[in-house]
Amino acid sequence: MINNDIRKKYLVTIGIECHVQLKTKTKLFSGADNDAREAAPNTLVNHIDFGLPGALPVLNKQALELAARAAFALNTSPQSFSKFDRKHYFYPDLPMGYQITQYDEPIILGGHVTYQLGDELKTVNITRAHLESDAGKSTHASGKDYSLVDLNRAGTPLLEIVSEPDMHSSVEAKAYARELWLNMRYAGVSDANLYYGNMRFDVNVSVSQTDKLGTRTETKNLNSFRSVEKAVDYEVDRQIELLEKGEKIIQETRGWDEAKQKTVSQRTKENADDYRYMPDPDIPPITLDAAWLDHIQQSMPVLPADWRSKLSDLNLDGPNIETLLEAEVEHEQTDYLKLIADSLDDPNQAKFLANWFVNLEIPLRASEEKLNLPNDQRKAAYQTVYNLSKSGKLSSTNVKALLVRLLSGASLPEDIEAYASQVGLIQLSDTAEIEKIVVDVISQNLKAAEDVKNGEMKAIGFLVGQVMKLSEGKANPGLASQLIKKQLGV
Amino acid sequence: MSQWLPIEQIARSVNSGELKAQDLVKQSLKSISDNKDFDAIISTLEDNALKRASEIDKSVATGKTAGRLAGVPFIAKDNFLVFGADTTAASNILRGFQAPYQATAINKLEAEGAICVAKANLDAFAHGTSTENSDFMTTKNPHDKARVPGGSSGGSAAAVVLDMAPFALGTDTGGSIRQPASFSGCVGYKPTYGLVSRSGVVAMASSTDVIGPLARTVEDAAIVLDVMSGKDPLDGTTIEKQDGYVNASGDLKGLKVGVIKEYMKEGLSDGVRQVIEEAVSKLKAGGAEISEVSLPSIDMALAVYYIICPAEVSSNLARYDGQRFGYSDPEATTLEASYKLSRGHGFGKEAKRRIMIGTYVLSSGYYDAYYKKAQIVRTKLINEFETALKNVDFLIGPVAPTTAFKIGENISDPLKMYLCDIMTVAANMIGNPAISIPAGLSENLPVGLQVMAGKSKDKELLGVSKQIEEILA
Repeated sequence: MINNDIRKKYLVTIGIECHVQLKTKTKLFSGADNDAREAAPNTLVNHIDFGLPGALPVLNKQALELAARAAFALNTSPQSFSKFDRKHYFYPDLPMGYQITQYDEPIILGGHVTYQLGDELKTVNITRAHLESDAGKSTHASGKDYSLVDLNRAGTPLLEIVSEPDMHSSVEAKAYARELWLNMRYAGVSDANLYYGNMRFDVNVSVSQTDKLGTRTETKNLNSFRSVEKAVDYEVDRQIELLEKGEKIIQETRGWDEAKQKTVSQRTKENADDYRYMPDPDIPPITLDAAWLDHIQQSMPVLPADWRSKLSDLNLDGPNIETLLEAEVEHEQTDYLKLIADSLDDPNQAKFLANWFVNLEIPLRASEEKLNLPNDQRKAAYQTVYNLSKSGKLSSTNVKALLVRLLSGASLPEDIEAYASQVGLIQLSDTAEIEKIVVDVISQNLKAAEDVKNGEMKAIGFLVGQVMKLSEGKANPGLASQLIKKQLGV
Repeated sequence: MSQWLPIEQIARSVNSGELKAQDLVKQSLKSISDNKDFDAIISTLEDNALKRASEIDKSVATGKTAGRLAGVPFIAKDNFLVFGADTTAASNILRGFQAPYQATAINKLEAEGAICVAKANLDAFAHGTSTENSDFMTTKNPHDKARVPGGSSGGSAAAVVLDMAPFALGTDTGGSIRQPASFSGCVGYKPTYGLVSRSGVVAMASSTDVIGPLARTVEDAAIVLDVMSGKDPLDGTTIEKQDGYVNASGDLKGLKVGVIKEYMKEGLSDGVRQVIEEAVSKLKAGGAEISEVSLPSIDMALAVYYIICPAEVSSNLARYDGQRFGYSDPEATTLEASYKLSRGHGFGKEAKRRIMIGTYVLSSGYYDAYYKKAQIVRTKLINEFETALKNVDFLIGPVAPTTAFKIGENISDPLKMYLCDIMTVAANMIGNPAISIPAGLSENLPVGLQVMAGKSKDKELLGVSKQIEEILA
């Protein structure tokens, strides 16, 4: 095994190619439905996807729009001119005998992704991103003398985003993958559902003891951030071990064996196919209209990097911000960020929301707790609870209790304060009433009262506790403390 | 004299009830059957055609009109997908393939009442100039059965000349409409690239493939073009059509017409030269200002064509892999064997030759030397034509260096066969419209005059072609 001292001798260099499945309604070059998640095999296939004679691919304009959104999310603009090419190889899940992709004039050149790693802001530059159509899915059942082909996925639009080799650790690779995922979700480019393979990562890893890059391997088709991290870790150690033994790294394509948690050799680059790229004569080159592009740029939502700076202005800490950013896209239509943004005029309220989202609602949803309240009523719920809390009518324990009740209910009670009071969550802030209790408590605890008078302030806590007990937890503890002091003249 | 009236009159008579669509279809089928020994037709659509005809007759009987091509029978080259009909592209690899969808061109013709009665022979996948590359049979020239009808739309041209239908459809990738029109003696029209949708037509070379009519007269061709043309959501390379293809008029007087110098030099047979020179004098007498125009790069057009076309062919034929449709070799036991045997046995010699050339010119290390260089010359050619067509209104010349040759004469010499395209490929490489108009006979064999116009000047080309047709008649 490799120890850290040996590891430290090597510079790790990582570049990532990510295939993002665009959430278009129809496929990249045909009118067939693009949502293959639950469809029976070969039901979302038309004459174009099937590669019938005479069938011509016609570019889906929505895919162009999503690619343009991706470009803006990658902090660049799409190329005003790009074109499609054919990449030839024979395989049963590639019906036309070629994949339509963009070879030398891709839709996106340049751009970058910034992400937060601890306190550090890191940047990964983007080399290029191109549109291409996916192949179908082949299934090779073991022990059978046939393979099955499902063409539902054939023709699905992909955006392949190629990064510069700007990452130097598995942690950075994982963070970049996650940041890319967040951005594609925020920009509305992709459902980016990793479970359904909406984003697949290929990691290129090399190690070197000099300035010159070492021979790299490419581990393909990773479908989780964790497997990106693990595959890099495995590759780094495997390559260092080979080099330490005086052996050479073979430039090759590798796969990730999830069960064994290791990368395995698939194909060496020496036998690389000649894809015989040529411009696709069926698809006229793309020239983007400036006004159209402008319109798309105007419609871009706030992206993760901007949310981060907005949220850190509220003094939220890094991990909480990341929790919010992820939950925003994972819990559909909860609009956490929008609700926070809407209340930025009152930073206390915004902070209150952020706090209870992070510490209550998000964990509840993550643990699949049933929250029945319709999403559009949550704004009112949080607003009222915040007001009750601000006016001292709710203790922080009771804020939580009330929110859980409200979020679980099928609808909001007409009068939330009355409801809270009814279920015993409103704290007593009626000075006269608390004063009565305070008088009672002092008369029953003269020793403690004497201690307070003698400056032993710890005893106040005990007296407040007694007030709370007698009021069945409803008294406002701050007010009780003040009244005790007043009674005892301290 | 043809047994068919002009298309416009046929449709008018059908719409008025004067002629029955069913009779027209029967007449067409009879003519097909009478001329069976010319091997122009691969399959007939008798049942479908009669059914459609009876629907049209019924509809007319209820007082409706059935469209601008009501009841007009036509023959489609067998690389057009016609719903439910066999579509073979005259290749063994597609033998028995039934089209599950239909070409846009056929849809548009049917929408105006035209009726597809048969599918015509061609060189397999449209690779050829004589129909000798058909995997099934060689079509005979209507003027001399020992000779070829031209190709690849040889079946379509022979069908029109043999009066099997008022018009036929062809495809023209390097001359495949104009050259058989010239060899067989009818009008063959190659529209501007993109004017007619290629959707549902078996692709040969996508960047030069066009669809066009073969007909008895320019006006008949114009009506068919008018119906078929226009932007199609199923073909991203289509362009908007213009008004005025039908009844287009032109005046020869004062028109600047350039004779392409490079087409008139050595290599042109004496017989063709004589007919073309006579035609030029007639145009001059008709008031045209004739000049000689040199297009130096035109000599390279054929070389460029035989790089770009096979490259696209090799790509377009990749889908015929024996896995989903068409011929799949029953002997294969592995995937690789299935690919090799299905393609090895399914494709004919010429398809294989073009796949090999195309694969070679696209392979890494050769792409720049061949394909890329060819595209550079292609751009040069486009520029030369553009300049030339600023100085003259139209360019003219022969369609092919010879009249129809004998069956078997060129078959063992592919290079000689490729030379048949030498005067037609330029129009395909640059995308401009061109037409072959019957100009006369040489030793009893037809000779066509080629007229070329600027890009999208289809209306103007049809207009002047009618004038020329009249003068040469």
